[in-house]
Amino acid sequence: MSSKIEELQAHLNMHLEGKFTSSVLALGELTLEIPVRSWMDVCNYLRHDDQTLFEQLSDLCGVDYSAYGQAEWDTQASSTGFSRAVQGAAVDPFDFDQANIKDESSEAAASKRYAVVIHLLSIKHNMRIRLRTFCEDNAYPVVPSVVRIWSSANWYEREAFDLVGIMFNHHPDLRRILTDYGFIGHPLRKDFPLAGQVEMRYDPLQKRVIYQPVSIVTQPSVPRVIRQDQPSIASQERNN
Amino acid sequence: MPEIRNFTLNFGPAHPAAHGVLRLVLEMDGEMIVRADPHIGLLHRGTEKLVESKPYNQSIGYMDRLDYVSMMCNEHGYVLAIEKLLGIEVPVRALYIRTMFDEITRILNHLLWIAGHSLDVGAMTMFLYAFREREDLMDAYEAVSGARLHATYYRPGGVNRDLPDSMPQYEKTRFRDDAEVKRQNANRQGSLLDFIEDFTNRFPGKVDEYETLLTDNRIWKQRLVGVGVVSPERALQMGFTGPMLRGSGVEWDLRKKQPYAAYSQMDFDIPVGTNGDCYDRYLVRIEEMRQSNSIIKQCIAWLRHHSGPVRSDDHKVTPPKRADMKHDMEALIHHFKLMTEGYCLPAGEAYAAIEHPKGEFACYLISDGANKPYRLKIRAPGFAHLSGMNEMARGHMLSDVVAIIGSQDIVFGEVDR
Repeated sequence: MSSKIEELQAHLNMHLEGKFTSSVLALGELTLEIPVRSWMDVCNYLRHDDQTLFEQLSDLCGVDYSAYGQAEWDTQASSTGFSRAVQGAAVDPFDFDQANIKDESSEAAASKRYAVVIHLLSIKHNMRIRLRTFCEDNAYPVVPSVVRIWSSANWYEREAFDLVGIMFNHHPDLRRILTDYGFIGHPLRKDFPLAGQVEMRYDPLQKRVIYQPVSIVTQPSVPRVIRQDQPSIASQERNN
Repeated sequence: MPEIRNFTLNFGPAHPAAHGVLRLVLEMDGEMIVRADPHIGLLHRGTEKLVESKPYNQSIGYMDRLDYVSMMCNEHGYVLAIEKLLGIEVPVRALYIRTMFDEITRILNHLLWIAGHSLDVGAMTMFLYAFREREDLMDAYEAVSGARLHATYYRPGGVNRDLPDSMPQYEKTRFRDDAEVKRQNANRQGSLLDFIEDFTNRFPGKVDEYETLLTDNRIWKQRLVGVGVVSPERALQMGFTGPMLRGSGVEWDLRKKQPYAAYSQMDFDIPVGTNGDCYDRYLVRIEEMRQSNSIIKQCIAWLRHHSGPVRSDDHKVTPPKRADMKHDMEALIHHFKLMTEGYCLPAGEAYAAIEHPKGEFACYLISDGANKPYRLKIRAPGFAHLSGMNEMARGHMLSDVVAIIGSQDIVFGEVDR
């Protein structure tokens, strides 16, 4: 099966030269990274070419890469002090303009933040492929919609718009899908707090349901740790 | 001549045939559907956001609660993604146990599906029959994991524990006399495997009973034949998987095509429909129950003669034995680190798909090397199926929508996540 994937990689290297920036084969899965401008070309090719024929779009999701590789815990023991906690990307749940401030100032703005990842499946060749494209603009991430190539992308793109806030050009019906009617914000962005921003309750005085800023405080849980020094035994063996 | 306009009908979210919390906005021309617009998200719990804030093992329980009628299959997709990134070996016995419980789960799911589907279409009796059989399978769940529904039994590197040697017994109450208790405990005298085997011997006869009630039933066929027809091309386009795809005549089953666990060792057939209507999907699922039954039998036969570990012995990922912790310093440290901090996955990404009772369930996991997932995307089969609702229902009568919802086997835990 892996040789089949390698053949596919070679085939794509030949026929789609210059249309993608990298093709990585890891864990038996092929990942193409594609600039937004050739997104539609590559998708069209993969859908219709006889050698690839990816008839089905299994999955499409948006990813926010802004906190990638950030940890909350220092793995090196220090000689001073007791805490090894690192100032993480703690978010004040009441600061509604937070997202805007962060975008302009931090280094996240310098690199591309949002990505769309799709997984394609070819029934005929029994293969999968993963495509990723990074949105050009962090403030207004846009990717062309692939609904016209795969109908199943319709709801997946709505979901990516709803949860991550990525826009899809030429999508027939780009509405929110999973969150509440009238919801503000995009929950799967890394600067969206886990407990949310507003809570809903019935107000007996006003005799209606009202929204108010969340009153629960997020409790500290297990810190996010990145340990390069102690990967699992088996994965070390695999890397050798 | 008065002006005739389409009118909009709100179906659900509290309609008994909406299978949970589906709100369908139907644009009707008389009694004919012009456009169906499902509004979902009423059961959205933010699973994908929650797992980002917890170490890997603490999120296994969330997976049960996705598709809450096929619990262990969800866990399977999740642990497979982790195992793929970690690159750890799973003991063979654990693979067979997983295969067996995946198939038990498939029967559980299909029983609930046929119960709900036939109730929607008007066959009350099926509901009672299906729940009678589900009871035995949930007892098997309980015996192995302690919970009847949300098992949290699969672990990265194997399963939580080995199959028990004895089954819990019914006890005498003031509603149950000795004779009744003895009758109820008759098939619980041996091990869990004996109990499941007893079930697999009975079950094909039960499926025959269901078929006697439904397959040639005139009303059943009037409601299902020719309703919600999907061509193979459109089924692929709309992202249908599992019985929804096979009902349209596409022979595609991940258990055969991209085998995982011990499916490559199993002998079973893939039922395929021809017309792509609700009736064919019904027949496909009925046959799948029979095939699952035979896979469970094969697993039992193997498990009886092969003992061995059920968890990987890489103690960075699985906890060491309690007895070892009493005298071995290293085991104690491993246990402490695993329970407090968890384990770090190597940076990378993996997409692990399994053949869930409803279709292709997959977890796309991005790790940046931390002890928590950076991003987990759950590809739920029901999400894609429900997005095809508009196309399937267009041109049908209002009552057919109920049949189509039933035939899609929608569960909102996974659609809304």
